[in-house]
Amino acid sequence: MIKIWAVTLNSFREAMRDKILYTLLFFAVLMILASVAVAQMTIGEYEKVLRDLGLTAISIFGLLIAIFVGIGLVNKEIERKTIYTIVSKPVHRWQFLVGKFLGLSATLLVQVLSMGIAFVIMLVFAEAQLSSSLLAAVWLSYTELLVITATALLFSSFSSPVLASMFTIGFTLIGKLSAGLVEFTERGEATSEGFRSFARLLYQAVPDLQTFNVRTAASYGVDVPWEYVLYGTGYALAWSAALLLLASVIFQFREFK
Amino acid sequence: MSADDVVVRCENLTKRYRGSLLRRSHLALDSLNLEVKRGEVVGYIGPNGAGKTTTIKILMGLHKASGGTAEILGQPVGSVACRERVGYLPERPYFYNYLTAEEFLHFYGSLYGMSAASRRAKIDELLPLVKIEHARKLPLRKFSKGMLQRVGLAQALINSPDLVVLDEPSSGLDPMGRMLIRDVIAELKRRGVTILFSSHILSDVEDICDRVAIIVAGKLVKLAAVRDLVHHNVRAVEVTLENFNEANLSTLSERNPILLGAERVTFSLPDQAEANALVKEALKRGAHVASVVPRRESLESLFVEKYTAQTPEEIRTDA
Repeated sequence: MIKIWAVTLNSFREAMRDKILYTLLFFAVLMILASVAVAQMTIGEYEKVLRDLGLTAISIFGLLIAIFVGIGLVNKEIERKTIYTIVSKPVHRWQFLVGKFLGLSATLLVQVLSMGIAFVIMLVFAEAQLSSSLLAAVWLSYTELLVITATALLFSSFSSPVLASMFTIGFTLIGKLSAGLVEFTERGEATSEGFRSFARLLYQAVPDLQTFNVRTAASYGVDVPWEYVLYGTGYALAWSAALLLLASVIFQFREFK
Repeated sequence: MSADDVVVRCENLTKRYRGSLLRRSHLALDSLNLEVKRGEVVGYIGPNGAGKTTTIKILMGLHKASGGTAEILGQPVGSVACRERVGYLPERPYFYNYLTAEEFLHFYGSLYGMSAASRRAKIDELLPLVKIEHARKLPLRKFSKGMLQRVGLAQALINSPDLVVLDEPSSGLDPMGRMLIRDVIAELKRRGVTILFSSHILSDVEDICDRVAIIVAGKLVKLAAVRDLVHHNVRAVEVTLENFNEANLSTLSERNPILLGAERVTFSLPDQAEANALVKEALKRGAHVASVVPRRESLESLFVEKYTAQTPEEIRTDA
């Protein structure tokens, strides 16, 4: 456990001392605060737009941090050959990956909390209503980021940073669209059976990231049941574990040039 | 020799890198047999691309062998258990520049599962050994190349290893840095640590190592004690003279000077007797003798003559 903890702490330190992280965080907070101005330009539903913009900003910037910092964490180790001194220690490769995952998860938690605090300050400043569903929405956004982090680690375990970024972005888009695609085909609007099967296959093979999207309910102030939050958390952990397991198997066979 | 006395054992170790559409496959190691005994220092030398780093990467679990076996302390390489008692410094290492020297060593100590107290004690012992005690709170990005190499050496020793593997530890260092690395290796040898290190600085290898393994084109061509390889016979004597006039020079020039300057001239004589004769004659003619230097056989001269004159195929056939 001490070995995983060492990698976790080192990854957390590395990410927290990375300037890119603060640049992204700066723009995220700026966008959250700017949503007050944007919401004022809308006609009616001022509070709903305010909450929606804030939650979307948290989700998008969280995704950017998860993808780019996540991929960088493993690939930098390989490119700079620091991995040589880790893999040559009595550390299993899966321990290295799990440590990296936990380190980035902790970093993301700090980032999401920072953005969440900026969001709450913005809502208080705008005299908008606060509700528990906002907390549920932010938490589920965070659990979604865990799945994306595990995905980024999986792709960076065998490919270059550019390819890993493209794969992770593609995987994320499929995860966000697959539920809608299945719904579209099930309604009978798809012309071929082959396309329907393809949509169902995508839905099964990739985590359904819409599970973590309760932003619409939260922005309308509709309660999100705690059972659903629990389900979403379990779903994220199960997918993260599966993706990390696959990454570990691939990483085990990787040679470092 | 009992099995316990062998710390590193490679038997028919082979590594072939797969080719691709644009590149042919490459045999980097060809049935390498190598044993390193407990407590000895073995220098691993060979031209660039000979397979030194490949061997070390296989031993450290970074690459997988295509054939043959390799063991460290009786455990197959690649297993986590075999790395418990090993320290490793890669070639031209890059380290986490956002960590201080102390954080850096704590991190590597943790990877060996060491407790915080034992890490602290070991760090207090190692920082003075590698002479960077003054920089313990300094982030590594502010370290010079020599200091980075020294802190890298410290991480390789954090677990008090039985075997230390160093890949080109003196590469790119200034003379002071090289001397320090040499001193640390000598100190480890004194403590009974087994050391395998690759290097292009053959004078260091000759001075420090008990045995030398020479690899050319993936094949081990020689594994012998330094004293059996290098006999330190006088190969030539170089005599440098000063203050001679034109007439003297014309007489002495028959002996074919190897360096001819405005003030001084250097001759290379095949043995001490001829050198003595030249010195005697030069003194008689009023010249000054600036120096008389016997050139002895060295590992470097042996390596250059024997292994750079032949093609890799010829060397492999001889082996």
